[in-house]
Amino acid sequence: MITARPTPAEVLPAAAERGPLVLEAHALTKNYRLSHGPRGVVLSAARGVSFGLYRSAVVALVGESGSGKSTVARMLAGQERPTQGEILLDGVAVQPWKRGAFRAFKSDVQMIFQDPFASLNSVHTVRYALSRPVRLHQHLKGKEAIAAEVGRLLERVRLTPTDQFARKYPHELSGGQRQRVAFARALAARPRVLLADEPVSMLDVSIRLGVLDLLDELRSQFELAVLYVTHDIASARYFADDTIVMYAGEIVERGPSEDVTQRPAHPYTQLLVASAPDPDKLGDGLEPAPSGPPRRAGSALSSVVGCRFAPRCRLATARCRAESPPQLRINSQRAAACWRLDVAAPDLLQQDIKQREETIET
Amino acid sequence: MSGTPERNGRVTDGGTTAEPLLEVRDLSIVYDEDVMAVDHVSLELGRGETVGLAGESGCGKSTLALGLCRLLRPPAVITSGSVVYRGSRLAAGGVDLMEQSSRELRKLRWREISVVFQSAMNSLNPVLRVRDQLGDAIDAHLKLGRREKQDRLGELLDLVGIPRERLRSYPHELSGGMRQRVVIAMALAAEPEVVIMDEPTTALDVVVQKEILAQVVELQQRLNFAVLFITHDLSLLIEIADRIAVMYAGRIVEIGTAEKIHNQASHPYTQGLLGSFPSVHGARRELAGIPGSPPDLRALPPGCPFVPRCAHAREQCREIDMSLGRVNDADASHLTACPFVRPRTAGDWSPTARTAEAGPAR
Repeated sequence: MITARPTPAEVLPAAAERGPLVLEAHALTKNYRLSHGPRGVVLSAARGVSFGLYRSAVVALVGESGSGKSTVARMLAGQERPTQGEILLDGVAVQPWKRGAFRAFKSDVQMIFQDPFASLNSVHTVRYALSRPVRLHQHLKGKEAIAAEVGRLLERVRLTPTDQFARKYPHELSGGQRQRVAFARALAARPRVLLADEPVSMLDVSIRLGVLDLLDELRSQFELAVLYVTHDIASARYFADDTIVMYAGEIVERGPSEDVTQRPAHPYTQLLVASAPDPDKLGDGLEPAPSGPPRRAGSALSSVVGCRFAPRCRLATARCRAESPPQLRINSQRAAACWRLDVAAPDLLQQDIKQREETIET
Repeated sequence: MSGTPERNGRVTDGGTTAEPLLEVRDLSIVYDEDVMAVDHVSLELGRGETVGLAGESGCGKSTLALGLCRLLRPPAVITSGSVVYRGSRLAAGGVDLMEQSSRELRKLRWREISVVFQSAMNSLNPVLRVRDQLGDAIDAHLKLGRREKQDRLGELLDLVGIPRERLRSYPHELSGGMRQRVVIAMALAAEPEVVIMDEPTTALDVVVQKEILAQVVELQQRLNFAVLFITHDLSLLIEIADRIAVMYAGRIVEIGTAEKIHNQASHPYTQGLLGSFPSVHGARRELAGIPGSPPDLRALPPGCPFVPRCAHAREQCREIDMSLGRVNDADASHLTACPFVRPRTAGDWSPTARTAEAGPAR
């Protein structure tokens, strides 16, 4: 007999079906000591974050601003040193922040930033931006060989005619074109992992999809393991195999994107999904706001005990405020950090029990 | 549907029988003498109505909003058109804002027409407390005694759901959502009849965005002001607006009720926009996107500016005059600038412009 009580669980991500594990975050924690306020106040921007990136698969990290999603991406990129936890590349712990290790790490793990207006040096041409990583990571020598590779890279991201684009300065390019240059620059290192931090949020609506499609195409072409960091859970639904939802530095829910977005289990994910604009509601969907002051946001201060979402949660109990919930099993692919899963998502748990009982019987 | 619908000249967004509160006729705004940022735009706003203005960056939507309350500075020049305002307290017979002196305009601004600017972070003075900032706005436009003013300040914060003790706070002590609420409270200080909101929630997290929008809807029902809501997010407009105008390259290309825009989008650009954003709600659908990038207003092609990105483009498109015509002869409220393409009905989401090489939406 299997009981309805969810258990701490190892989940097998949907992304794992696409390829082997490449990069792994293991219990990553990042603390910042706050300079203002009382002495010794520590903010944990990320706390105990674990997940894996798999070859040819996209994992989305979703959360609001301040949820720690970019901090996690920066730690994985080797730009931020974790306070605790490990980064494993092909199962081996790496320390990219150490001198000398960084460049080797960068050959495997590349990052794309949100703001294509800031991430390209405005005094250099596109050719310069691309030749440097080609020389450093592919060890190509000779002007012609490098120019040819730069041309190939620009072709890959569809900036053609390539020699015309190679001569341009960033200010001569549109936002979408700059982001494509950023993609090309990342590809120049021949990476196996691509960390994309809000790659389309600064772009116009009509061109976002084209850039995401390109990213997806590069993923399949180069068998890249992709981390897609975003605040837009709808784009995670369409673009990522797995979606991981973060709140105040912690993972609150994870699972296959379609499941997480269509049948969210954690109260925060439910709130996030319900808050996304729904054109099908056509005007009658917005119920007036409840009166009274807006509820207090969850805090990422390390001194906070219990579930960090509890102050905003409609289901919070005394236990939620006292004890931090671990990741609890929803089914073989999904987990959520919530003590009230039996209330928040009862049918999901029932379904899982049924399925497990069936597998035992057969 | 086939053939060209009857072109009834430069018709307006009819449908309303009463005289509109704000009536924009043929407004054109030019930057630097050669950039047509707003090109012969006509738009009406009824009492208590919410009209959405959708478009991408650079399409002229913000210029239009600022232009119609004469808030633009050189090099922007209004070259043609009229904006007639018919208030119930002031200017009942209708005044043309384009012909008012700056002294007369000052009487209308804030009291009758107010603006909520993009990014609340930058529109509040960082060294003034909320009380002083709101108080300044009240002093400038209303004649209130000390006691009355204090009461009004408290009322305004109550209105937007901020605790009164926050009157003593500085902007940096408030969250982004609270700051935006303060700016909205400020705009409502004199109970205007028209509130222009320029991307009021763009910089905010989706949960906060939803709360603020619900608040605006609730206030609107209570105070009965009209809203011109400007955003790049068409999905959001469909949810909150009564009518929607879609702008492209300085022109309104389609206008209609939110329901019509959602279910029977007619202009290829509107169709493209609707197919561009992934939605977290409803069944998964094929996303199409729009190829190419938004045009350079300095070098617009003759005829329809959308031609280079349009899958339905044909020779005649380079000669059309972009005047709005009825989509359906029986419906005077749904107008499009495209004489050729007719609505796709809901459920028919076959993409029109998916580039062949774009990867599959997974």
